[in-house]
Amino acid sequence: MTNVTTMADAVSDGVADGDQVYLAGFTHLIPFAAGHEMIRQGLRDLDLVRATPDLIYDQMIAAGCASKVTFSWAGNPGVGSLPAFRRAAEESVPTEIELEEYTHFGMIAALQAGASNLPFAPLRGFIGSDLPEHNENIARVESPFDDDYVYAVAPIEPDVTVVRAQRADESGNAHLWGIQGEQKIAALAADTVILTVEELCSEETIRSDPNRTLLTGDDVDYVVEDPYGSHPSYAQGYYGRDNEAYIEWAEIASDVDRVEAWLDEWVYDVDDRREYVEKLGASQLLELEPESDFATPVDMGRY
Amino acid sequence: MTYTNSELMVVSAARELTDDDSVLVGIGMPNLACNVAKRTHAPGLQMTYESGTIGSNPESPPLSIGDPGLASGALSIEPMTNSFNYYLQANRLDVGFLGGAQIDKHGNINSTVIGDYDDPIVRLPGSGGACEIACHVDRTLVVTPHSERRFPEEVDFITSPGFVGGREGRRELGLEGGPEAIITDLAVCRFDEAGEMYVDSLHPEATREEVRENTGWEIAFADDVKTTPEPDEEELRIIREDLDPDGQYTGRSE
Repeated sequence: MTNVTTMADAVSDGVADGDQVYLAGFTHLIPFAAGHEMIRQGLRDLDLVRATPDLIYDQMIAAGCASKVTFSWAGNPGVGSLPAFRRAAEESVPTEIELEEYTHFGMIAALQAGASNLPFAPLRGFIGSDLPEHNENIARVESPFDDDYVYAVAPIEPDVTVVRAQRADESGNAHLWGIQGEQKIAALAADTVILTVEELCSEETIRSDPNRTLLTGDDVDYVVEDPYGSHPSYAQGYYGRDNEAYIEWAEIASDVDRVEAWLDEWVYDVDDRREYVEKLGASQLLELEPESDFATPVDMGRY
Repeated sequence: MTYTNSELMVVSAARELTDDDSVLVGIGMPNLACNVAKRTHAPGLQMTYESGTIGSNPESPPLSIGDPGLASGALSIEPMTNSFNYYLQANRLDVGFLGGAQIDKHGNINSTVIGDYDDPIVRLPGSGGACEIACHVDRTLVVTPHSERRFPEEVDFITSPGFVGGREGRRELGLEGGPEAIITDLAVCRFDEAGEMYVDSLHPEATREEVRENTGWEIAFADDVKTTPEPDEEELRIIREDLDPDGQYTGRSE
């Protein structure tokens, strides 16, 4: 049964210390508000799993939430590296983190195995790369039918996946448009799914355009309406990326004291996303707002 | 005509692309190169991004591969399962751009670690889709500054295979394609029959000595080393007025 709730309640009910947690979003619709709530609630020993750990994972690592990162590309997209991730990987500061590393396709295939209840998924990836030597969940397998070979990856089945979409009804049927990334399989591979959206809508809206549906409510445990919950990343049609925040993070995160001050100001001293948005201010958000550019409506026909 | 090294690199990369190509674009200089090609000699160039946007046509340089400008107006937006399975793995893309901290004489690329994997000196971002791009497109291109640190004889870690230990080594793994050109701020390098990198053309201001000093092995030069053609007025205008007006990627602000 899907539960419409607040992010604080969804995280305190749905996430526990030691969980493998997937905050999905391939550079788009990244659930920053969910990550901040996990920091506020002081979660520890998380295995932060995601194809593209970026600022939100860097912030969670800096706050001491992670003991492991499972990933395929860890960086600040378009800007550079992740200082807190690097400090943890190179110097074990603030905590030592274990790394489990894939390529993008390897990661997606592992989620696919998890989402489809298979013991492994095959791919023509990793060929010629040194990565399989360093990850026991990647194995070379021979074709049972000819002399070809592929690599196999073990399933990734997160305890909790957080996905973000533009809108959903109260049952958790969700519409997403723009870049789809790994949102769907990361959710289907997980035990518990927290769905967070820009706005709630009617079931009629969802049913008017079923091709746009990312997930149906059967696979969603918690629905949280959290406008601007992806800031500073973007939500297609709602806001663009706050690029200054990405550039600033590169400087802030390179200094441990500044990270602490930043976490105090923007996470610990803020109650929820609503307060964060108020603190950010209307003018900042208006600058990120795109002009409207509607897709041509389709005629589904009445039958 | 004056131009920066970066502008020359962008234009040289653009000229590697043809009208029939479908290309997996990267952020930064590769994105500029693809857009220059599309606006000059290759209007039919199909630009796909790792985020799954097919047939993107960004009006301004994307801030990341997740930029909304790559999604708006694209021909299709595929979830990662589809883009990696059906498009990349199934060899539907012709060209890909790759980058990394190290490139060795066989075109193998390291974007994972400097030093030992388990005790790294520098932890780099990792493969992302680079390994799959290197395995599955017909031709890979690299645009990178030329330095000894970036061009060791052998990379510390193979993230994305080039010719592995040579062309034969790549074939034995069952891989086709491979690196085609490495475009640096000194030269355009290609690969010989054995799969070893050599200098095909020197940039107008560069010398053989500079290339040797900045390469970690005794790099060979083509018998008939050419001079890299300079950018023309239209290519420079497109970069300066349309694609990189702030000089963010091509360094005119420096």
